[in-house]
Amino acid sequence: MAYSDKVIDHYTNPRNVGTLDKSSSKVGTGLVGAPECGDVMRLQIEVDDNNVITDAKFKTFGCGSAIASSSLATEWLKGKSIDDAMTIDNMDIVEELALPPVKIHCSVLAEDAIKAAINDYRVKNGMAPIESEKSHH
Amino acid sequence: MNIPVYLDNNATTPMDPRVLDAMVPYFVQKFGNAASRNHAFGWVAEEAVDYAREQVAKLIGANEKEIIFTSGATESDNLGIKGVFEMYKEKGNHVITTVTEHKAVLDTCKHIEQLGARVTYLPVKEDGLVDLAVLEAAMTPETILVSIMYGNNEIGVIQPVKEIAAIAHKFGALFMTDATQAVGKIPVDVIADGIDLLALSAHKMYGPKGVGALYVRRKNPRVKVTAQMDGGGHERGMRSGTLNVPGIVGLGKACEIARLEMADEAVRLSKLRDKLEKALTVLEESYVNGNVEHRLPHVANISFKYVEGEGLMMAMKDLAVSSGSACTSASLEPSYVLKSLGLSDDLAHSSIRFGLGRFTTEEEIDYAVEVTLKSVTHLRELSPLWEMFKEGIDLTTIEWAEH
Repeated sequence: MAYSDKVIDHYTNPRNVGTLDKSSSKVGTGLVGAPECGDVMRLQIEVDDNNVITDAKFKTFGCGSAIASSSLATEWLKGKSIDDAMTIDNMDIVEELALPPVKIHCSVLAEDAIKAAINDYRVKNGMAPIESEKSHH
Repeated sequence: MNIPVYLDNNATTPMDPRVLDAMVPYFVQKFGNAASRNHAFGWVAEEAVDYAREQVAKLIGANEKEIIFTSGATESDNLGIKGVFEMYKEKGNHVITTVTEHKAVLDTCKHIEQLGARVTYLPVKEDGLVDLAVLEAAMTPETILVSIMYGNNEIGVIQPVKEIAAIAHKFGALFMTDATQAVGKIPVDVIADGIDLLALSAHKMYGPKGVGALYVRRKNPRVKVTAQMDGGGHERGMRSGTLNVPGIVGLGKACEIARLEMADEAVRLSKLRDKLEKALTVLEESYVNGNVEHRLPHVANISFKYVEGEGLMMAMKDLAVSSGSACTSASLEPSYVLKSLGLSDDLAHSSIRFGLGRFTTEEEIDYAVEVTLKSVTHLRELSPLWEMFKEGIDLTTIEWAEH
């Protein structure tokens, strides 16, 4: 299977690899997937007082498309408000990276990771978590 | 050194140029049908086929009359299992195989189950070998066939075929082996091993694709298989279809070269394989899969924990290897062979198979080591699991959301 140029680019030069302090109240962490399934994503956001995401980091165990999806997600998150970030749809990732059907689950996982990170931040800061309208699992 | 480096010789091997040279005359000049009995074109083709039959037989210690040419090991497995079941089903309907067989055997067994066979799929031990006591306990008076592979395609373990054959015979059953990965790599002798049927393929031993053979014993006992293809009654009625003369000539030549060279080749390849394995298992949390004593000389299957196999292969794009990860398949299920060893799914997802071959050089192995070490290290830096492991977090205590 051939990968798209964008997947290869993100895979070869992943953006924002790293770890934020998960105990900080400004940081939201989303850990999704399972080792048995062959992919685990950890996505973290740092949010300022205006609920704007100032930094995002990821680490991913998975195939090239999973790594590229999470790398792209961190790029998109920076500068967005947490409300705007909540609207990122997995199909946007599929389109941007030209993922084939068999790799769509990687984009789903990235969307789940974004939502999990935002909700972690919300709960930490006394806001109610937002239930996702669609269920992937 | 050619990049990418080919280390997937269990999937297929490049053809040996000597094999190609032997085949070439049989396309244009000596194009005859080996079944044409009344003119020189046919005789020339028949002579070439007879010679190839001897070359194949000699490699496995058989008589040339016991070699049935087929389109490859998948067809040989089908013909052997279905053919024995049809021929002997009056005697009994029980067949025994193992869970680590190739799909050509497993799916054929599934097929005969539809036709009334009862099939036992034996588990294997953690090292990939069959437990002989478990096999013996599974034998019944109804057992007509035990079909267990010689060398495994994913992890390379060599089953104790001689002992397995003895158990099968003790209970009056036939013993068949899918020896696709073993023939031409290690000594295989149908008499010494007690093999009644054996499947082999040309393209796994530097021959052409699309040709293989089924060995069917003719004496002690005389084994018969019901043909699975109707037609001109070629191959003593067991496999109809005009013979693939150039392919058969190629298979014969490949067998001859293997017989003469495999002893030295095995020494050279196992040395290179061990070098590769030693250099890679220096990495923390890397594990060799399968029994390392009873193993084909050219295979190494290693799990690099906390990195995913397909992602790893992408990083190692200058190496052609394969992985037990099945991230590309719809099921997301990793290798059933590795899982049968009791490997957890995450370790199965993290496995890479290195398959060395006749044309693998030491320079290529050194390069493979360099690329693999670099790639695993790089991907671990990206892996949240590696970070957790390093922090001393027990990953089994985390509640993962399976998807």
